[in-house]
Amino acid sequence: MLRRDFIKIASATTGLIAAGQPWTAFSQGVANGVLNVAINPEPPGLMLALIQNGPTQLVAGNIYEGLLRYDAELNPMPGLAASWTISEDALTYSFKLKPGVTWHDGKPFSADDVVFSVDKLLRETHARLRSSLVAVDSITAPDADTVIFKLKYPFGPFIGLFEVGTMPIVPKHLYDGTDYRTNPANNTPIGTGPFKFKEWVKGSYIQLVRHEAYHEAGFPGIDGIYFHVIPDAASRAAAYESGKMDVMPGGTIEYFDIQRLKALPKTDVTTKGWEFFGPHCWMWLNNRSGPLADVRVRKAIMYALDREAMKNVAWYGFGKVATGPFSTTTRFHSDDVTPYPHDKAKAKALLAEAGYKGETLRLLPLPYGETWQRFAEMARQNLAEVGIKVELQATDVAGWNEKLNNWDYDLAFTYLYQYGDPALGVQRNYTTSNIQKGSPWNNVSGYSNPKVDELFERGAKEPNPTRRRAIYTEAQKILVDEVPVAWLIELEFPTIYRSNIQNLVNSAIGLNDGFARAKVTKA
Amino acid sequence: MNRTRFAARRLAQGLVALLLIVVVNFFLIRAAPGDPAAVMAGEAGAGDAKFVAQLRQQFGLDKPMIEQLGLYLGHVALLDLGQSYRQQRPVADLIAERVPATLLLTGSAFVLSLLLGITLGAWSSSRVGTWSDSLVTTVALIFYATPLFWVALMAVLILSIKLDWLPGFGMATVGQNLSPLGHAIDVAQHLVLPAVTLALFYMAIYARMTRTSMLEVSRMDFVKTARAKGVPRGRIWRVHILRNALLPIITLAGIQAGQMVGGAILTETVFAWPGIGRLMFEALLQRDYNLLLGLFLFTAAMVVLFNVLTDVIYTIVDPRIELR
Repeated sequence: MLRRDFIKIASATTGLIAAGQPWTAFSQGVANGVLNVAINPEPPGLMLALIQNGPTQLVAGNIYEGLLRYDAELNPMPGLAASWTISEDALTYSFKLKPGVTWHDGKPFSADDVVFSVDKLLRETHARLRSSLVAVDSITAPDADTVIFKLKYPFGPFIGLFEVGTMPIVPKHLYDGTDYRTNPANNTPIGTGPFKFKEWVKGSYIQLVRHEAYHEAGFPGIDGIYFHVIPDAASRAAAYESGKMDVMPGGTIEYFDIQRLKALPKTDVTTKGWEFFGPHCWMWLNNRSGPLADVRVRKAIMYALDREAMKNVAWYGFGKVATGPFSTTTRFHSDDVTPYPHDKAKAKALLAEAGYKGETLRLLPLPYGETWQRFAEMARQNLAEVGIKVELQATDVAGWNEKLNNWDYDLAFTYLYQYGDPALGVQRNYTTSNIQKGSPWNNVSGYSNPKVDELFERGAKEPNPTRRRAIYTEAQKILVDEVPVAWLIELEFPTIYRSNIQNLVNSAIGLNDGFARAKVTKA
Repeated sequence: MNRTRFAARRLAQGLVALLLIVVVNFFLIRAAPGDPAAVMAGEAGAGDAKFVAQLRQQFGLDKPMIEQLGLYLGHVALLDLGQSYRQQRPVADLIAERVPATLLLTGSAFVLSLLLGITLGAWSSSRVGTWSDSLVTTVALIFYATPLFWVALMAVLILSIKLDWLPGFGMATVGQNLSPLGHAIDVAQHLVLPAVTLALFYMAIYARMTRTSMLEVSRMDFVKTARAKGVPRGRIWRVHILRNALLPIITLAGIQAGQMVGGAILTETVFAWPGIGRLMFEALLQRDYNLLLGLFLFTAAMVVLFNVLTDVIYTIVDPRIELR
């Protein structure tokens, strides 16, 4: 009986498979103007004003919009705002909104939505923007198409704050007077963007469809997008290889897989679309005590690290060796700093001079996967070559956060976004007022120099770009000489996509700016 | 004692065990470094400790630990598993939406491994010493010893990428307007690779165990008697040997069934199957305490339930066993 049952079930299963449609239907996505995009990890939610992690920005940048967009040189372009003016004293920013914009639920968009979003909601909920909004005295809407921001003092990077991830505009009619975090609208996000939320099958995919009433005529150029949640890196690569995915956003493919995928026919690779973020990677050096309190040891580490080899081996040639605290895509980057070529002899001499006695240093790799693990292994090897003893400490993301939050480390890998401007993405890592336990993104190394504090303070409030450049050039010189951290690589996150997709990346925030302008041509 | 009373008593004991499990887990996951507020602020790139403090307050994580435990137990007593910090949705809903996918995967693997394992084991025990017996034992040993993730990746590489016979990830083809039957077929196709991968390991254990157990039983006196009486060979194997050899297999199947609802993290991850195992792993990485505790409680409850069921099934298979 047992055997009979088994045969019955087995033949039924085989029958099912044989009768099934060819499942390659998946890859027809592109021909239909629908893109299949890989994503990992699954976003915790899509309400961009509440959650700003990478996957949320990637999906929600299609649903919500900001007042401005930015080109690859970080020049502002119209978004929800059609035009803008800045007063002579750099204290008043006026935005004229685009007429005829509607929310996905059909309600009209107006200046009231902007005032509510920025002044009420984002001031409370946006982890990063809140600290910049301290400079804003008032936000008003004199009429339905105009928004005026009045500043307490000139704030150099202010015009750079209006992209969708930094300042997403959300519908006042759904959020005003509610508990933002538990608002049911968070599950069915409503924005003004080119795509509307359609469906989210948890653990599987998120579907967005075209917003027919989108305010830019002729856009979006495709009918919809599926974001497929594929947690395993090898499986993601396999999904692209087998034709099931059309776009693999930066960070979804391990660098050792990129080589194989980019050699596939009809496949393109771009590293563009990260100019605003300027992902900058370094090793925190705990300046507070022990050998790392001595600038000579910190300099020795810079000379010991073969950063060119790290770039070529761990990152397969993607990226640039970082010359200092400013990414080359960040405003006011300067090359006029002391270089640190790979020089073991110099490193050893500096260590001897500093009297380093072979104390073991704990190194915390970034727990973001295989590439980062290899990167850390290379650093350990380089440091061992000049006689620095290093012990790798394994942890997960929460543990890594915790250790940096409490300054419980000697050396620690990290990478941070710079958001185009030193006052937004560089200052926080080097000034004394940012030495505070409880965040892995502030001045974790504990470096403190009143001159540097004063320069960053002045740079942030200086509206004149020429004077800002002079201030920041001086700050970079001092920092590179004092090595508060060991700068490693300006990272590049390649996006891999099918060659018949045109205009995929067209702003400084890349895919996070949405797929409105992407077009699919017949393969 | 009759079966109903026995089951009721065992379930009551199970409730006490569950309470202990909740309390221990409550402290255990809080002992891991980091908390949900720090993870969420970290992801958002917030450099401001005030923001983390605000999140902690919103989540109630700023209260003393004992008070948090009391609140949690109070809610659980009312069958409320609370809200996920990270997803801001009820934990019960998050678990419920993953249960069907999990049961489909682990249930298919369970049935497949049990049927194949017992069949292969029985078959090879009736041919001891022949080349077919050696083949079954060797294959079983290989599947038992091979890491699951490797089998999974090889299956994807060969059957999905190279041959394009079967889908390699997900639970269904999206964006196709399939009829209900078409959808069922589509899901079945997606199910094949993960279910077979998951089934292989247990199949190997069942096959080896069935073989050994049946060989042992086949040497017993009552089997000889049956043979002497002239009972047909097939009937001896099925009724006299297999039935008596099943007890250890039921024990193992009970354990496997209890684990089923916990999902299969590795298989779900490699095949992007939207099951409970992945939900649990993600909740752990993100320190989503409420979600994690809810998942632990749910899976522990299922294990208790399946243990009681296993005990009851023993008595059905072997009436000599008494419930106490």
